[in-house]
Amino acid sequence: MAKASITFEDINVTVTAPAGTRLIEISEKVGSGITYGCREGDCGTCITKVTEGWNNLTEPSVLEDKILRENMAGKHNRLACQAQVLSGVIKVKPV
Amino acid sequence: MSHLPVISLNTIPQAVALSERVHWVGALDPNLRNFDIILKTANGTSYNAYVVRGSEGVAVIDTVKENFAGDFFTRLEAVARYDEIKVIVLNHLEPDHTGALPELMRRAPQARVYISQKAQSMLKALLKQDHFEFTPVITGDTVSLGDRTLQFLHTPYLHWPDTQCTYLEEEAILFSGDVFGCHFCDSRLFNDVVGDFRFSFEYYYAHIMRPFKEFVNRALTLIEPLTLNTILPAHGPLLRDQPQRYVQRYKELSRSALQSEINEGEKTLLIFYISSYGNTRRMAEAIYEGAMSVDNVRVSLYDLEGSEIAPFVDLIEGADGLIFGTPTINGDAVKPVWDLLSSLAVINLKAKLGGVFGSYGWTGEGVKMVEDRLRGLKLRVPIPGIRIKLIPTEEETQLCREFGHELALDLMGLRQAKVIDIADLV
Ligand SMILES: Cc1cc2nc3c(=O)[nH]c(=O)nc-3n(C[C@H](O)[C@H](O)[C@H](O)COP(=O)(O)O)c2cc1C
Ligand code: FES
Ligand SMILES: [Fe+2]
Ligand SMILES: [Fe+2]
Repeated sequence: MAKASITFEDINVTVTAPAGTRLIEISEKVGSGITYGCREGDCGTCITKVTEGWNNLTEPSVLEDKILRENMAGKHNRLACQAQVLSGVIKVKPV
Repeated sequence: MSHLPVISLNTIPQAVALSERVHWVGALDPNLRNFDIILKTANGTSYNAYVVRGSEGVAVIDTVKENFAGDFFTRLEAVARYDEIKVIVLNHLEPDHTGALPELMRRAPQARVYISQKAQSMLKALLKQDHFEFTPVITGDTVSLGDRTLQFLHTPYLHWPDTQCTYLEEEAILFSGDVFGCHFCDSRLFNDVVGDFRFSFEYYYAHIMRPFKEFVNRALTLIEPLTLNTILPAHGPLLRDQPQRYVQRYKELSRSALQSEINEGEKTLLIFYISSYGNTRRMAEAIYEGAMSVDNVRVSLYDLEGSEIAPFVDLIEGADGLIFGTPTINGDAVKPVWDLLSSLAVINLKAKLGGVFGSYGWTGEGVKMVEDRLRGLKLRVPIPGIRIKLIPTEEETQLCREFGHELALDLMGLRQAKVIDIADLV
């Protein structure tokens, strides 16, 4: 299965994980400063900056886009409870 | 300030004129003693709602709690006809200010509702009806009432995600919603004539605004530059006398408490433990030693049995990292630990460093339970907690030192870059 390599820049930890893994599952385990509220794409607590590898994550859904907009997120931001890794190199950090 | 309204205690028959164009049309609730479960009030509260009249229409700013709708409509009718209402502003959607909204919309169906961007998804969940016309607004947006203009300020999380404030430019009046409010009921209404409400003001801040200091500071950057004749909050006295004082007080209260005690570049790490036979304490002391070996980390060690909770909450608010030690007793972490961890809702813990340790006899689940709780509280927990069976050996004590050392390094951003596979993460 394809694997992605995700770097959490705030703690300098890189994790390899299979395609389809949600960022939340990885970031909580390694203790990155990305934090969570609802865990289901509704509250915007987990807004995360993607500094590299935007296209190595699944596309944001219409609902995710809406929440990002309502929270006035920047254009390199994703919800870490929604985005899943695909393959290649991805770098993220808390906003 | 020359003509004070003459009003009997806790009853105000009519709308109260605040200027030629602005009226108070709220309601008094002198008998309330508990608000939102988390707040007490010794003399009730008020739900302040306001009417602004422009040359081309009337705006209503906030409403009241549902069971006070009668008072609100009576006062509203004294100063405006329903068909004149063009604008309804909701500074946040909490039911204590939106309780009369559905009925107001029924009576003034032509009115348009102005809410913050973030309120959009909440409006539906709160009002259980879909057919409202509303306009989402953001800082800088305005709505004209002819010779009066309302300007919106986006002030999220003061104290709901959707909170905004509304500024009446021509009269330099800020309709601040819950911001600068307090639960204090006094029919004299104005801050220069009501009883002493300082305690209520501070108490309200401490329970409602304190978790959001960071957002308060951001909101203040929008509010401070405004010319302010009067601040009209949604609860408690109307602040017509020296309104800037209350803005300054929010600024003072939102400063981080321990800033002055800590040197530039230093970070603070607090270790809390509790121990019946001294085993968890031995671990705590070794973690303390290990953490102290990292430069610029100010480490403190506290026995949870030695203090009330409130001072610990203050310490935690100012700290960068928190480590908790608990034995496992009857399949759980112990109550003083949970008591402290359930008292932190009034402060912001987001992304503080967390760690857990503890001695146990045969199951040891307490450590994991606290670790999960720390994550739930939005701390980051980069290193799995350590559990030691009964009395720590010299080797295990060394493990504790390393645990403290690693956490302190993490706090300073000095841990070695690491590459791991997700399958190896616990
Ligand atoms: C002071 C206060 C703080 C709140 N904080 C949160 C929160 O952090 N997250 C959340 O999901 N809802 C929060 N709420 C919203 C309540 O959960 C919501 O109003 C709920 O419907 C209340 O339920 P009840 O009617 O059973 O008390 C808060 C409400 C109040 C009054
Ligand atoms: S945690 Fe709420 S949107 Fe991700
Ligand atoms: Fe509120
Ligand atoms: Fe309120």
